[in-house]
This record gives sequence, C-alpha cells and structure tokens, in this order.
Amino acid sequence: MAETNVAQSFTERRLGSAADLKLYQEELLAQKDPQQAEVIVCYGTGCLAAGAEQVEAALKEALDQAGLDTKVRPLIKTTGCRGFCSRGPLVVIQPEGLFYQKVKASDAEEIVQTTLVEGQPVERLLYQDPQSGEPIPREQDIPFYKKQHRLVLGRIGSVDPTDIRESIAAGAYQALAKVLTGMSPEDVVSEVEKSGLRGRGGAGFPTGRKWRGALKAIEKKGRPVYVVCNGDEGDPGAFMDCMIMEGDPHAVLEGMIIAAYALGSEQGYIYVRHEYPVAIKHLDLAMEQARSLGLLGDNILGSDFCFDLRINRGAGAFVCGESTALFTSIEGLAGEPRPKYVRSVEEGLWGRPTVLNNVESWANVPLIINNGADWFAGIGVPHSTGTKVFSLVGKVNNVGLVEVPMGTSLVEIIEEIGGGVPGGEPFKAVQTGGPSGGCIPYSLKDVPVDYDSLSKVGSMMGSGGMIVMDERDCVVDVARYFLRFLEEESCGKCIPCRLGLTRLREMLDDFSKGKGTEKDVEEIESLGEAIKDGSLCALGGSAPNPVLTTLQYFRDEYLAHINERRCPAGICKELISYQIDQEACTGCRTCARLCPQEAISGEKKKPHTIDQDKCIQCGICLESCNFGAVQVISPALVSQKSQEAAS
Amino acid sequence: MIEFKINDQPVEAQAGWTVLDTARQYGIHIPTLCHHEAVEPSGNCRLCVVELRDGDWSKVVISCMYPVQDGLQVYTDSDRVKNVRRWILEMLLSECPASSEIQRLAQEYGVEQTRFAIHDPEEDCILCGLCVRTCKEVVGVSAISMVGRGVHKVIGTPYMMPSDACVACGSCVTVCPTGAMRRRLDLVRGEPKTRMAHSAV
Ligand SMILES: Cc1cc2nc3c(=O)[nH]c(=O)nc-3n(C[C@H](O)[C@H](O)[C@H](O)COP(=O)(O)O)c2cc1C
Ligand code: SF4
Ligand code: SF4
Ligand code: FES
Ligand code: FES
Repeated sequence: MAETNVAQSFTERRLGSAADLKLYQEELLAQKDPQQAEVIVCYGTGCLAAGAEQVEAALKEALDQAGLDTKVRPLIKTTGCRGFCSRGPLVVIQPEGLFYQKVKASDAEEIVQTTLVEGQPVERLLYQDPQSGEPIPREQDIPFYKKQHRLVLGRIGSVDPTDIRESIAAGAYQALAKVLTGMSPEDVVSEVEKSGLRGRGGAGFPTGRKWRGALKAIEKKGRPVYVVCNGDEGDPGAFMDCMIMEGDPHAVLEGMIIAAYALGSEQGYIYVRHEYPVAIKHLDLAMEQARSLGLLGDNILGSDFCFDLRINRGAGAFVCGESTALFTSIEGLAGEPRPKYVRSVEEGLWGRPTVLNNVESWANVPLIINNGADWFAGIGVPHSTGTKVFSLVGKVNNVGLVEVPMGTSLVEIIEEIGGGVPGGEPFKAVQTGGPSGGCIPYSLKDVPVDYDSLSKVGSMMGSGGMIVMDERDCVVDVARYFLRFLEEESCGKCIPCRLGLTRLREMLDDFSKGKGTEKDVEEIESLGEAIKDGSLCALGGSAPNPVLTTLQYFRDEYLAHINERRCPAGICKELISYQIDQEACTGCRTCARLCPQEAISGEKKKPHTIDQDKCIQCGICLESCNFGAVQVISPALVSQKSQEAAS
Repeated sequence: MIEFKINDQPVEAQAGWTVLDTARQYGIHIPTLCHHEAVEPSGNCRLCVVELRDGDWSKVVISCMYPVQDGLQVYTDSDRVKNVRRWILEMLLSECPASSEIQRLAQEYGVEQTRFAIHDPEEDCILCGLCVRTCKEVVGVSAISMVGRGVHKVIGTPYMMPSDACVACGSCVTVCPTGAMRRRLDLVRGEPKTRMAHSAV
C-alpha cells in the first residue's frame, strides 16, 4: 500500500488526552470531501494473486492520462481483503459503491473514462445475479454481502491499513479513550463478561471469565501479567485472522491495549506465523504509528498507563497455536505443548499470569466497549453472542470470508451467501472447525452455527473454517487428508498422538483400497476414542473427529469401500476405473492427447477406449472431456463387461 | 488434608500431591513409563491415565500430573482408561518390539499381539524422555536430547555426534524403563566409534 512512511507526516503530533483524540478525528474527517471519488483496489491476498497490483498501476496511469483537474482527481486507495476473493481483483468506486469484479489492467482506461469522467457504470465488470443474470451495481446489494453482518470486518475494505489516520477517522481508539476516561479496570472486565464474548480461536472459552481469572491470579501472585495475541492461524484453508491483521491491525491493538489497562499489564506479545509477512508488516507499521501518536507505549493518551507490544514470528508449526506450545515458543524453546492442569491465566508465559486471546477475539473488544455489552449480547443467540467470521472454501461458488451473526444456519451461509455448490446440486457435507473439526451432512443443514449446536452434532466452531464438499468428495479420502495433515503436524511428544494418528491413517488407507472388515470400523472408533482421551494437547485430543463424524454420518459409504469394493464418490483410485461411453464420445482426441500413460486409443471422430492395464486412474481424461463421455465405474463392472465382450 | 476417592475408596492426600502420589501411598496400582521421582514430570507416555467422574461428567487425565483436590472421584481401571492403555501398549508392541518391559505390561493389560507392522525388530526406545530429563535435571549436563520432530523424533546428541558433555555417569541407563539407553550410551560417549553408524539410525 502507500509506500511513503506515513508515520513521518505526524511525528510532531502526540495525542495528550482522550479529548485530543476526538479533536484529531474531527480534523481528519473535516479534511475529507465526502463527494470526492475514491477508487478502492482490494489488496488482500486473493486479489493480489489475481493481479491487483497491475490493476492499481494501470488505474493510476489511466488517471494521469485522463488529465483530470487535480481538485476533483479521484483518490486511489488500497485496502485489506473485502472477502469476496473468488471474484478478484476487486475495484470499488466510492461514494457510489460501484462494485467491479475480475478487473484486469486492460479495463483501467474504460473505468476511468466511463465511470470517473462520464459517471456511468462499466456494465460488463458488474457482478451478475446468478439466477436472473441481471447486473447488480452496488456492493451492498450483492447476495454475498447482503446477508452478512460485518462488524469485526467493518473497517476492512474502506480504510488503508497502513495509514493510522484513516482508521482514526473511522473511529479507531475511541473505545480506548472511553475506557481511559470513564471506566475502571473492573468496569472493563465486567463489561466483557456481560457481553458473553467467547474465544474465537478454538475452544470458545468465555473471554470475560478468562480476564476475571487473570485478575484473581494477580491477587495471589502479583504482577507482571502478560496479554498475548494468538495469530498463528494454522488451519489449512483458513485466513480470517490473516485478513484482520492485514486489513485492520488497529482493531487488534486497541483490544489488547484495553485488556492491558484492565489487567495492569505493561507488556504484550503478538504471535504471528512467519508465512504472514504482510500481516507482520501492517502490525509493525500500526504499532509504530500508534506509538508516535501516543496510543501505545508510555503514558497512553496522556495518562499514567504504559503498555507496549512486541511481535513474535511463529515458526509455522500448527501445534504452536496451542496455548502452552505458543508460550514455550515465545520463551525461545521448541514449541511443544506442556500438560496443564493449571490454567494459563495463572501460569502462562514465563510462569506468570497471562491472558491469551485469538486475533478475532481481540478485534471484538473495542466493539463491545464502544457499543456496550447489551448491544453485543443482542447479536447472535444466547451463549453464542456477536458475530463470527468464517472462511468459506471448497465446493462453493462464492469462496471467501464472511461474517454473520452467531446462530445463522449452515444452509444460509453455504447457499445464500456462498451461492451453493457449483452445478447447483445440494452440498454433501461441510467440515467446520478446521482439520480436527467435524463433518456435518446435508441432512443437518439447518443446524444453527453456534458453539453449542455444533458440538452437539459432533463438530465444533474451531476458528471458523468451513470446507464445503459435494458428491465428488469421498468421506474416507477426506478423513485421510485431515489425518495426514495432523500426523505431519504432531509434535510427537505424547504417544497416543505420535503413534496413534499414523496407525489410524493406515487403517483408513486400507479402507481406501477396499481392505478391511466391519469389525475394523469398530476398531477405528475405539482407537479414535483412545487418542482423544489419551492425548496431551487438543491437537491429538481432537484429531480423530473427522474420522469419527464421517463414520457417524456416512457409515454406508465406508462400508461400500470394504463390502462392495466401491468408492461411491469415485475418488479412491484402487476402487475405480474409467471408461468411455461409446455413444457420447465424439472422438475429439482431447483425452488421448492429455493421458500421461497413452492409455487411450481410437481413430479420430470414432469412439475411443481406455486400456485398463495402462491406466493409473489420474482422472485427467474425466476432467478434460467436453462431452461428459468419461465415466467412473467400479473395477468389478469393467471386468464383467470384458467377460461379456469375450463371450 | 485433602480428601477424595479412588475407585470409591476414601483417601487422604497432602496439598501438592498428585493423584499418582496418593494412589501409590495406598498401594493402588497405576502403570507408568515416563514418570520418575527424581525428575520433573513431562506427561508424555499417557499410560498412567485415570478417569475423573462427577455425575454425568467424566474426563480422562494423567495421574502423574493431576493435582489432588477435595471431592475428586478417580477411577484407575474404568473402560475408558483401559481402552487408552490397551491401544498405547498395542502400538508400543510394534514400535519397540525388543523391550521386555513393554511386553510384560502389554500382557498385564491383555494385549497378546499387535496388528501393526513392525518397522525395526531391534527397537526398544519409547521416547519417554526420562534419560533426557535425568541428564539435564539430575546430572546437569544435557548431553542428550530429543532430536527431530513429530514422528521422526529420536533420542540423540546434537548432530548425532559423540558428545563431550557426557560424563559417562550412566544415570540415563539407570532410569530408562525399557533398557534402550544401554545400547545408546556408546553413541553418546563416542567409543568405540565404529558402533556409531549402527546405532545412530
Ligand atoms: C493444535 C492447536 C492449534 C491451535 N491453533 C490456534 C490458532 O492458530 N489460533 C488461535 O487463536 N488459537 C489456536 N488454538 C487455540 C488456543 O490454544 C487457545 O485456545 C486460543 O488461542 C485462546 O484464545 P480465545 O479464547 O480468544 O479463542 C489452537 C489449539 C490447538 C490445540
Ligand atoms: S497431542 Fe500431539 S501435538 Fe499434542 S502434545 Fe501430544 S504429540 Fe504433541
Ligand atoms: S532411551 Fe529409555 S529413557 Fe530415554 S527416551 Fe528411550 S525409553 Fe525413555
Ligand atoms: S483478497 Fe480481495 S476480496 Fe479477498
Ligand atoms: S507416567 Fe504419567 S504420562 Fe507417563
């Protein structure tokens, strides 16, 4: 984003009081002309990968070329991820809120000419309603956004996260000011308690109760006490914390500073995985700018309260997100969990009282302080208040990040916001809660997404991953995939996890090859329970969940593998054969050219056939055929057919 | 005095004790592998698991680290507990087939054989880490450590080179529950050098 060092432009300014902050906000707002056009280019990971940088450069150039009068010259601004990543690169034109998707550098001139000069939308870049095909010009009318309730993500997409002035103009640090001028530490803790906020990082522990526990521990043990932010986010396919740290780092800082005030902490740590360089850069910049304004560091907003933050780069191991492993890692040791029957609020970092919260949990705190606990508790459902950010991935049209009130049903999220499965069939299942969450079948599509309802059906909220599966996903294969991931990530400290995950995965490998008995199904369940009960930390303690839930809901599919040697989804290689439908094949030769084994033969414009002895079941023919002529069948049927042909 | 129950039998313990300490005081048998009075517990073998119950609520914890509390109801041989131990032992049978201690324990818990493939018939180390902790905490030299991560973990010296730090006290051999350290000590001390290549893997 803006490459100039913004901190330099206001180093002379230090906010001496809460009133000073308010004044500064008003000044910043007054400098803005609400009618000035803004061209917002999404600089989130997805849009950058799709070429947002080139789009931005082309837009700049096109603006220069157009030679618009400097006074009305539109601003170009880059922001964090808008959530609708599958449509990137995204460009939004304010104040109209025109939403352009899949923008290419070559579209820049037309956007400038048609929209900025002539004031007309560029029709072909607008999002089209998938049902009616009608263009929807404005972001807020698109179904993906319409059903969402973006609070935590509220500023993301409208502020440039590398310039603190933008965030301050949009209200950042007002909650901190409110706390410093009118709330006692006790007020803050009871407000968070009353809000009902529960941890967004995994276990869903009530945040207020955690802070209260830390206050009690401080009474016994005294200070120092530490506040720590968990930004390790290791779930495959999850990127909500990354998006918050990149797109609105000040929300996280403000939440942590407020907690530090409530607990009397002078030092905090933000633990971020090193694969998130942009998040680290934005947090660093945010801290530097907040320090120079007097919002972080010594005598915050002119008060006696001093608190500073440091970033720790995680080594990238999934298990380092576990609280005790995270502490050992910050302490400079190998990130391995410690058995704990003493809570980390009493004995956390360096054995001191410590409050560890997740990125999204921290970002909720300023909202609660600003709007009050009752307001917050009014969103969502009892026992699961507020909103939750989900990363919606897999077999779903609108891949991206969504924020909805707790208690929204699975089907609303997947079908109304996510636009359903490509092709229109209902989804088969959805994995919630990350790699060690559970797999929920379509029949439970109306389950409200809240902590308690999800655990009732054998899954969990986790940190908010949502992986949608369709009929082409095999549950045995899915369970193996997650187990393999966790097996690789196991720290190896305790026996049930170190040995058990491998053994469990090997048993599933056999199933995918059609080997196994119904008795083995029970043995898998029994081993799964032993790993859950016996493991030291929650990595092992929840790793069998995908296996156990798929067995609970899709037992028949498991049994088909071993009893009929058939993979209903057509995924397990040893249990499928490909064959070409002689009626449908046009003899276009596409598959024959692509087959790495040269297993497909036939004359041009005549039906082709697959030599089963050469075929390695890679599936390239199936994907490449434009006429739907390649079929997946069970190997037993192939041999039957060849016998028929022979006789 | 802290009062609670183990297998429905009332017991008394002192503050700071673990459930395992208390059980031993009363002669209630709980199997352990990675626990030793001389060093800090690390809680990794998980053989000492017990079940806590309170009405419908129940949870499996490790007795060697669980601090005693008034009113606990501990079960040392429940179905859940036995299930964990049985699987651990069956897996250890294939992992460390050369250890007679593991074979003995397996028999005690009714595990006659293992369904799992044996990778190394000579292996006897269960990676309980007692040797490492003893070397560090009791001897104070840290000549050995866990090398590698996850499923690739082994006991060794830095870079698998003979270590000058080792004072050849043999404490690690004494604490090792399976006898595995005997074979490894030569690697640590580095003599005779020729044996290294064999035992380093
Ligand atoms: C294997 C494992 C990985 C975890 N990874 C993360 C993570 O990446 N981010 C996170 O916030 N919490 C993670 N957690 C949960 C943390 O241990 C902890 O509960 C959480 O950070 C507390 O914050 P919260 O109460 O705000 O959710 C993980 C837990 C386990 C067992
Ligand atoms: S459960 Fe797995 S990750 Fe956790 S301590 Fe045990 S081996 Fe390590
Ligand atoms: S050598 Fe012995 S004491 Fe050391 S980890 Fe292996 S089994 Fe435990
Ligand atoms: S990266 Fe642009 S919408 Fe997510
Ligand atoms: S003896 Fe308790 S975990 Fe090993």
